[in-house]
Amino acid sequence: MIHTRNLPFVTTLGIFVIAYALCILQFPNMLSTRVIGNLLTDNAFLGIAAVGMTFVILSGGIDLSIGSVIAFTSVFVAVLVGSLGVHPLAAFAAVLVISTLFGSLMGAMIRYLGIPPFVVTLAGMFLARGAAYLISTESVPISHEVIDTIQGFYFRFPGGGRLTALAMLMLLVFVVGAFVAGRTRFGANVYAIGGSEQSAELMGVPVGPTTIGIYALSGFLSGLSGIAYTLYTSSGYSLATVGVELDAIAAVVIGGTLLTGGVGLVAGTFVGILIQGLIQTYIVFDGTLSSWWTKIVIGILLFIFIVLQRGIIWYSNRRLAEGRLREV
Amino acid sequence: MSDSYSLLEARGIGKTFLGITALDGVDFSLNRGEIHALLGENGAGKSTLIKILTGVYSRDRGTMQLDGSDVTPANVAEAQALGIGTVYQEVNLLENLTVAENLFLGRQPHRFGLIDRREMRRRSKALLARYGLDIDVDALLSSYSVAVRQIVAIARAVDLSGKVLVLDEPTASLDSHEVEMLFSVLRRLREEGLGIIIITHFLNQVYAIADRVTVLRNGRLVGTRKLSELPQLELISMMLGRELQHITREHQAQDETVAATAEAPIRFANYGKRGSVAPFDLDIRPGEVVGIAGLLGSGRTETAFLLFGIDRADSGTATIDGQPVSLTSPEAAIVNGFGFCPEERKTDGIIGDFSVADNIALALQARQGWSKPISSREKHALAESFIKSLDIRPPDANRPIKFLSGGNQQKAILARWLATEPRLLILDEPTRGIDIGAHAEILKMIERLCSEGMSLVVISSELEELTAVAHRVIVLSDRRHVAELSGDALTADNIMQAIATSARTEAA
Repeated sequence: MIHTRNLPFVTTLGIFVIAYALCILQFPNMLSTRVIGNLLTDNAFLGIAAVGMTFVILSGGIDLSIGSVIAFTSVFVAVLVGSLGVHPLAAFAAVLVISTLFGSLMGAMIRYLGIPPFVVTLAGMFLARGAAYLISTESVPISHEVIDTIQGFYFRFPGGGRLTALAMLMLLVFVVGAFVAGRTRFGANVYAIGGSEQSAELMGVPVGPTTIGIYALSGFLSGLSGIAYTLYTSSGYSLATVGVELDAIAAVVIGGTLLTGGVGLVAGTFVGILIQGLIQTYIVFDGTLSSWWTKIVIGILLFIFIVLQRGIIWYSNRRLAEGRLREV
Repeated sequence: MSDSYSLLEARGIGKTFLGITALDGVDFSLNRGEIHALLGENGAGKSTLIKILTGVYSRDRGTMQLDGSDVTPANVAEAQALGIGTVYQEVNLLENLTVAENLFLGRQPHRFGLIDRREMRRRSKALLARYGLDIDVDALLSSYSVAVRQIVAIARAVDLSGKVLVLDEPTASLDSHEVEMLFSVLRRLREEGLGIIIITHFLNQVYAIADRVTVLRNGRLVGTRKLSELPQLELISMMLGRELQHITREHQAQDETVAATAEAPIRFANYGKRGSVAPFDLDIRPGEVVGIAGLLGSGRTETAFLLFGIDRADSGTATIDGQPVSLTSPEAAIVNGFGFCPEERKTDGIIGDFSVADNIALALQARQGWSKPISSREKHALAESFIKSLDIRPPDANRPIKFLSGGNQQKAILARWLATEPRLLILDEPTRGIDIGAHAEILKMIERLCSEGMSLVVISSELEELTAVAHRVIVLSDRRHVAELSGDALTADNIMQAIATSARTEAA
């Protein structure tokens, strides 16, 4: 029997499989490694950021700064490498340190000043976006042999598809993320805080360091996502990736993670990303639909999932109450 | 227990919150292999003492020794490391995690840097087997009953600390079978030499399980006694206060006039709700103060909730002036001329950020209906008149009510109901947590109101207060109305006697 805990994840997976099957029925060409490879590459930066968002939401928080941090990172890297001639790897390292520190600072404010995550990360969102504008309002192109090498690196699937470096990076982040969430003490603490911060604290969970760690991780992954975005577009642009945090939240929720925290899987977020990618791919194949249909379908899916989650909570509460009645 | 010696010794513990003394020089000692009950009414300081012992709060004064050496746990983790484990009543374990994850949170077995789930499962099984539990440890905690969760929590606390176990109201939501299951676990732990502190308000359970009892009252120690040498009546008088001298009641004469009014306009017949309060009859006459007495958890507040329509009665009828009415919501009760000042003033009574005037106008507005707003001029006139007549300080109608003292907040809530000119006002613990001056004023106000013809129902754990203001007192025990006292029979001693008698018949 499926545990009710995993029901949202199983549902998501089912929806993805059915949707993909329907797509293939209409466009048999969608069943190709080429489509899958592109889907992974196109959504790599979003996927990386969504892993960070998964941890934040599992702990019962929210991180609205992700899109801005991605934009900041990409502009910062582009200017360092493109205009100032810094080695790309050094630029990457620098920007990861900055975004991680930025995240931990937000985590510390949330924990020690008792300000809700929504407010703190909203401020972080404006701050990072402003800093990106300050560096450059133009789109800054970037080219360097190291970057060309990374961009040109891929494994070839049978059937002509390519597993690019970006796609591999995203898959790696998902695998590591899943292990951290499911098999480490830090991960267990994240779930505990999401269940009830007060209980977790009374059970001896180091809530302060864990909260800072969660937002530091989200900051780090936003930075990494920004690097992936820079590699993907070969440029840095401060107006880019507006609202990506909302796409990430959508992927997490569609992936079956409870917005109130405590329940969910990193693997679910991966399926959430795949579903979003699938809708985009379908629209490309169809050719007549406006790309805004992506948003509409995502909106509908979100509604379905939020209602489903409510339903599961209601159902398990009722079952528990019935169990109590029977005992009495 | 000849070989028992003091395991935990606290002396002169004091704690003050924002100028309000929660604990004042309390001594407490716990032996090895002892179950020690900690008793007291709401606000007596039980939870504060427990939180100091378990490292949630830091003490302002006093010393604490564990196994003969001074300790000062700064947080829960430190107390656990010292050997003091706690099972709280509400905030307990994490329902979104599995049983095994709950048992080993923060101390999971590792293998190659990753959590070893198989080992965790094995150890959880073994641990729970010692408590006679054979359950699927990979199932979510939320899928088990409260009793099982309670035992899982105890298993975790004992495994983690191993010297002192603190249980805060462990039996509050258990049925009698589950209570017995829990008690057999506790007896076994006692035999293993653990010191157990248990907070509960069920007196027969105290006698069933505990060796000694410590009673707190208003933040002070009343005494620590062996239960085998303590009659139940004496224990109750320790809890409710023994300074029960003969307070001259001024409304003796009035009693007769009230009694003379033959037909009571407000009548509740066979009124009750399953699982809340057993069906009772209650007649309330104009100008009468009906007191409700009983220990914590006896159904005092539940009775008020029923009368005011917060809980729906599932048996009996309510009639006003001979007309049957259905009190299915507080709104319906307000329309019928009822008012209610709840016990939890901060959470259920005031709206902290609203001004005094807005808080006062709330109930009147609710009664008029939202389509007829009270103008701000009317509101202020209303507030000013009550500020003057009730002497609310500071006399500033625009000040957010959260900045007022407890006594003045209580007066403002009284004003809120008085503005609706109710015929029945229910006051749940009207004098809790307010200073002595305001206390006397509120009692005086109650007298004045009933002389003006208003009926009042007053719930209080202060027996002297009840016997002073009430014409009749209904005594509750174990969610039943067990006695009604009036006239010369209305004394604090008789109230305690009634509580004790009913508790004894239950135990038998």
